Amino acid sequence: MSRETLDSPVATDLKAVLETPIDSRPKLMVLNMGPQHPSTHGVLRILLELDGEHVVTAVPDIGFLHTGIEKQCESKTYQQIVTLTDRVDYLANMSNNLAYVLAVEKLLQLEIPPRAQWMRVMLVELTRLNSHLVWLGTHALDIGAMTMFLYCMREREDLLRLFEMFSGQRMMTSYLRVGGLAMDAPRGWEKAVGKFMETFPSRVDEYEDLLKQNPIWVNRTKDVGFLDVTEMIELGITGPMLRAAGIATDARKDAPYSSYELFDFNVPTATENDVYARYRVRIEEMRESIKIINQARAGMPGGAYQADAPKVVLPQREKMKTQMEALIYHFKIVTEGFRVPEGEVYQVIESPRGELGYYVVSDGTSKPLRVHMRTPSFGNLQALGRMVEGKLISDVIAILGSMDFVLGDVDR
Amino acid sequence: MITEVAAAHPLVIALRQESSSWLQGAKEEFGELTIEISADRVAHVCRYLKEEKHFERISTVTAVDLYPAEPRFQVVYHLHSISRNMRIRVKAAVGGESPTIETVTGVWPGAGWYEREAYDLFGITFRNHPDLRRIMMPDDWEGHPLRRDYPVHGHRYDYMERGGEQS
Repeated sequence: MSRETLDSPVATDLKAVLETPIDSRPKLMVLNMGPQHPSTHGVLRILLELDGEHVVTAVPDIGFLHTGIEKQCESKTYQQIVTLTDRVDYLANMSNNLAYVLAVEKLLQLEIPPRAQWMRVMLVELTRLNSHLVWLGTHALDIGAMTMFLYCMREREDLLRLFEMFSGQRMMTSYLRVGGLAMDAPRGWEKAVGKFMETFPSRVDEYEDLLKQNPIWVNRTKDVGFLDVTEMIELGITGPMLRAAGIATDARKDAPYSSYELFDFNVPTATENDVYARYRVRIEEMRESIKIINQARAGMPGGAYQADAPKVVLPQREKMKTQMEALIYHFKIVTEGFRVPEGEVYQVIESPRGELGYYVVSDGTSKPLRVHMRTPSFGNLQALGRMVEGKLISDVIAILGSMDFVLGDVDR
Repeated sequence: MITEVAAAHPLVIALRQESSSWLQGAKEEFGELTIEISADRVAHVCRYLKEEKHFERISTVTAVDLYPAEPRFQVVYHLHSISRNMRIRVKAAVGGESPTIETVTGVWPGAGWYEREAYDLFGITFRNHPDLRRIMMPDDWEGHPLRRDYPVHGHRYDYMERGGEQS
């Protein structure tokens, strides 16, 4: 099936519908999709105006999960905010941790030791795998491939166990801190990560075998969800969706952070710009993440895992009990937090969903004046209306899945 | 005020040549260029930056509340040029009883939701916005939560006074 044969009858229908005045339009139906619909992946409500099976307009209604995180940041000290960033995108916690701590470290002009940087890279890539697994499982489940969900959750469980091993928490890790890591990597992490990496590459091949030539999957995803690439850019779409439209933009390459410049990996792209291309790009991204994790494991530097900055980083327990100065710093950091020099910073990283930016403004006190999160899901979801206009209602489900948004990330 | 470092930046030089009347300041910190412009020329400057300087996309529109200073709000735009791999920040100050600024949705439609968010949480009106409604808070919400004079715990409870009662 070519794009023309699929789209042209719909497009003319839509044009005719839009040209007639609303009062005399033929039998348009308003359908409320969500906020409690399993395939909206959270509490998202979409108002669909339907002409038969075709969508005329789609208006997303968000805010059901708004928790005022940006407001809360203004009343917390810089180190306390790390725990809030976990809760923004609950499928990519470490990515949010990383963007935030990098922004604050830039304001403080801290030098982060290589071990902490490499560990961060490894954990953020594991987070990418975690997020992509949930995306693949739920996306396939929406379109009817239930087995995928079970397989993906099986691997995700292993990843969550790894996160628990590192941080003590499966999801809300808060493992990355301003100045380095919360604690050094646990004993035996090489073996645990190694065991996961032994089996995982073959599992990705397995997923592909299940979906790549599955006729139902291919029919539901090929030539669906096309949008002109200039329009995508202007609407603010980033990440794998933009890369599936042929734009090779990736913050890890364009503006490397946390020593990503030392790693050898590719930025997968596709040109078809449909749901199937987005699926292929994300699968390839998993393979690239595997490459990065393996490089990080092989070359993990030793040494300190926290910066040498006594005014910012909590002292070691041992030092605290033997040195007066360390005790004073500990008291000051815990009671009033560390002060951050005046300034503003916009730190961008490549989260599994696209451009994740933290805009942090400091007025020189121990609490930020403003923390703004530019979350990829919010930017991507904005294009939903344009992307589903004139398409079939069943395509809405496929397109929603291909956008890979997290409602916590949208509403904050 | 234009700092010495920023004055040497090619983009600032170009902007000064274009018209220096609306360019109120520029600085470069941590490798990030910030341009301050007067609020009434925002749409014009953004169109110029997009069409002449290849800033194809807008990352985010947000605001900073400098209460009790006046003008109290800074509307902040983060622009991104994919082709030139460059990012800049554009700031414009607005204040008064009902802070108002021109929308940039005509330049980048993607600014739409971000401006709705700033309208909802800061109470800044974006003139000529096609669909300026609340986006995060319920439609009948009173007040704008991200303003500095809005308490973190809201107006409904007062935790600071003993036995704070629900009003």
